[in-house]
Amino acid sequence: MPVADDSLHRALGLTDDEAARIAEILGRSPNHLELAMYAVMWSEHCSYKSSRIHLKRLPTKGPGVLVGPGENAGVVDVGDGIAAAIRIESHNHPSAVEPYQGAATGVGGILRDIFTMGARPIALMDPLFFGPLEDARNRWLVEGVVAGISGYGNSVGVPTVGGELTFSPGYSRNPLVNVLCLGVMPTERLVLGQASGEGNLAVLLGSSTGRDGIGGVSVLASAGFSEDGAEDAAKRPSVQVGDPFEEKRLIEACLELLDQGLVVGIQDLGGAGLCCATSETAGRAGMGMDVDVSAVPRREAGMEPFEVMTSESQERMLAIVEPGDRAAVEEVCRKWEVRAAVVGIVTAPTPVGGGRLRIVEGFGGEVLADLPAASLSDDAPLYERPLAPPADLADRRADDPAALEAPGDCGPDLLALLCDPTWVYRQYDHQLFLNTVEGPGGDAAVLRLAAPGLPPSRRGLALSTDSNPRWAAVDPRVGTALTVAESALNVACAGARPVALVNCLNFGNPEHPEVMWELSESVDGMAEACRELAVPVVGGNVSLYNESAGADIEPTAVVAVLGLIEELDRRPPGAGFTEGGTLLLLGTPDKSLAGSRWAVERRGHRGGSLVGPDYGALRALLVLVAGLANSEGVVTGLHDVSGGGLGLALAECAVRSEVGCEVESVADHAELFSESPGRVVVCTDDPAAVEARAVAAGVSVRFLGRAGGDRITVAGLLDVDLAEATEAWRGALPVALGEPAPA
Amino acid sequence: MTSRVGVVVFPGTNCEHDVVAALGSLGAAAELVWHGADSLAGLDAVVLPGGFAHGDYLRPGALARFSPVMEAVARFAAEGGPVVGICNGFQVLTEAGLLPGALQKNAGLRFLCTTVTIRVETSRSVLTSGVAPGTELRIPINHFEGNYTCDEDTLARLRDEDRIVFRYVENPNGSVDGIAGVSNEGGNVVGLMPHPERASAAILGSTDGIVLLRALLASAGLRSGSGPAALAG
Repeated sequence: MPVADDSLHRALGLTDDEAARIAEILGRSPNHLELAMYAVMWSEHCSYKSSRIHLKRLPTKGPGVLVGPGENAGVVDVGDGIAAAIRIESHNHPSAVEPYQGAATGVGGILRDIFTMGARPIALMDPLFFGPLEDARNRWLVEGVVAGISGYGNSVGVPTVGGELTFSPGYSRNPLVNVLCLGVMPTERLVLGQASGEGNLAVLLGSSTGRDGIGGVSVLASAGFSEDGAEDAAKRPSVQVGDPFEEKRLIEACLELLDQGLVVGIQDLGGAGLCCATSETAGRAGMGMDVDVSAVPRREAGMEPFEVMTSESQERMLAIVEPGDRAAVEEVCRKWEVRAAVVGIVTAPTPVGGGRLRIVEGFGGEVLADLPAASLSDDAPLYERPLAPPADLADRRADDPAALEAPGDCGPDLLALLCDPTWVYRQYDHQLFLNTVEGPGGDAAVLRLAAPGLPPSRRGLALSTDSNPRWAAVDPRVGTALTVAESALNVACAGARPVALVNCLNFGNPEHPEVMWELSESVDGMAEACRELAVPVVGGNVSLYNESAGADIEPTAVVAVLGLIEELDRRPPGAGFTEGGTLLLLGTPDKSLAGSRWAVERRGHRGGSLVGPDYGALRALLVLVAGLANSEGVVTGLHDVSGGGLGLALAECAVRSEVGCEVESVADHAELFSESPGRVVVCTDDPAAVEARAVAAGVSVRFLGRAGGDRITVAGLLDVDLAEATEAWRGALPVALGEPAPA
Repeated sequence: MTSRVGVVVFPGTNCEHDVVAALGSLGAAAELVWHGADSLAGLDAVVLPGGFAHGDYLRPGALARFSPVMEAVARFAAEGGPVVGICNGFQVLTEAGLLPGALQKNAGLRFLCTTVTIRVETSRSVLTSGVAPGTELRIPINHFEGNYTCDEDTLARLRDEDRIVFRYVENPNGSVDGIAGVSNEGGNVVGLMPHPERASAAILGSTDGIVLLRALLASAGLRSGSGPAALAG
């Protein structure tokens, strides 16, 4: 094993200190292959070396939690013998250089994280963040990313039931493409990614291995973008290429293998490829593994061992099977036309130093690499990077948008905030599996809890992804806490009780102390809100180095709350009005404009300070609202106040249901556009019943006005024609993308 | 005796369980049939469901027509057995020559998942027997290649022979003459782009697909000798 030359580790993205640590672990200098393996596994993307120290402050325990963070997906017990697996990931950097394949392979990767747990994927969601659409490159990114999600998700056969769409100049060269997957399984099918049992076989399933995606986690995902477009374009070969048909067969084959009890452990191949899957499965079980690099089916000739081990070729899984089951496994794979190759053998741990991961050229042949299996993940560096609040923090907080001049007519501002996401989601199959009770565009997606092989259940699931980079830019701690509150309220509006949360933390360059401060504050805000609302964090993903030309993105903590509906026997009321209904506002009115869409997007004002959630009031509101959504005939419409404030909540209800409104009691533009969550607009034919329930729950309730007519009117503030608002809402996205407005 | 409906599964098919569930909720015994099967013996009707058979990388249905089961489907159809192709199944039936015409990319060159209104144009098919022409139904569509096309002679023949089964009320994809579904000469083979199984429960937003699925089961019942009533129309 020739020793690697002195500077190779830097080219692979390792620091001098990290290289020294590797030599210490091995007791000798590493060779090229070993260095390449450490480089991908110790990359920021795989090792979370900058964020781990903060993430451990999140509350991860709860009565229903079956699997918490650290596995491929979080798993919660949702009752009736059914468990739900959930995970969210980012595919930001690949999507920035190659939007179609970047987004498509993001979908493929998250699906594998779910079915590797034994769950059938039943829903996807995609929070997307782009720069303004005036820029042609941003339009290209939007078109490509949406087409990639559509092309892969629809074909692989998993419905995309929701997501988010956010525009801000900070994402111009570095869009964020997050993707969430939810899966369900009979609880007893739950399986972990462990390679236990000496002599068991590691079988590589699925695609052959090519040179695509080499260095995806290190070259691409763990570095920012420069000002030089050509340099970024040169990273395109590090983006993988997706094959949804292969993935579809892989899903069916793996679920059949699990149903037949033919695997003892299974793990997907994602970032860092075979290197990650073999070392993690062996490491988790405290075992070792011999991996025969020559047994790996290859897409092209002449590949070096380090290329085979670190390739991120998509649609591959590693199954650990007992030797006696090999023929049965191969039979299932033949049926589904899935390639299966024995590439490894589980080995006993050595008396000192635990399990060894040995890369060999033919079993019993030349040893190309030999290292402690667990060292690739467990011994990864842990950095406590310096953190510091931005220098202008005090000035920005003092600069409150309350001082902005009040508009004489709030109508034009309101119209400019309306944006219908239909252009995006009608490119996604959001109905497959006959579970989608409420699809994209509402407060939360609502799904029946059903899938082939599941025990029957009357329950339902609600799912919402949320983020608010505007709030987080003002105050990452409070802004993130408020985002958790909003997400919980979204599932409550669907009649659900929040049971678990996953997060995707998208931040800038961790070597900037301000970015690490934002990350740390966000984690603290999330931890506080999750603890107060008793919602455990069951998984997460961190994406750093989201920067271009030296500028970091706004702190973007995406949270997804999973809610449980005890009895889903009809559609929840949804965001809309019914003619003649009475409009009430539940929750405490607020006037803060800091970080609001009105202040930031309409006035370019990014200062002020946020007030954190009143958790006592929020807890009462969550229970009240879920109860209202579940009670037949009490409310006819329900929508929480969030981005765009009360004004936008009213307008969205009006355009969605094609029923106007006449609102009397909103004090001023601040009350109209303030966004702090904890408020819900309700349309009801029985206001006395709603008021009685609110009073009993200790939630403040206020009369707003009446639904009906063909205008959206808020006395003294705005009076807009409903048809004009509908046109603005429907046309916003297509027109910005250069297409004709929908008829 | 309950009607037995076979739901064909190609690798890449993804709506098979939905069709089985929707037919099952109407009392049928629906079962999956693997694409490698060479016989449909014992079945009273066959559905080719939606999805992406064999990945559809070449052209939707272009590979699926070579699956062994398609010979059995052709025989079953020739014997008068009810065959319905939904979405990808429609594409497969046109590629296999069991239905005329072809499905090309949507006029807007984008995938479309939305609910549309279609009009039943004839009762002379296994999917619409007993359904009054002119009936309007709200049914989801979900396709990239749903733009039906055929030459003028074929179109004239489809019109003359009352084989246009459904038309879109508002054409979403550029289909010639607004065609959403057609049948063969005998009316026993029907292809349509909309998904009736997705409109089979009130909680999902529409129950308008049930009338079509019931008509199919009635046709299957006639074949099995268990049918409730004679075909109307």
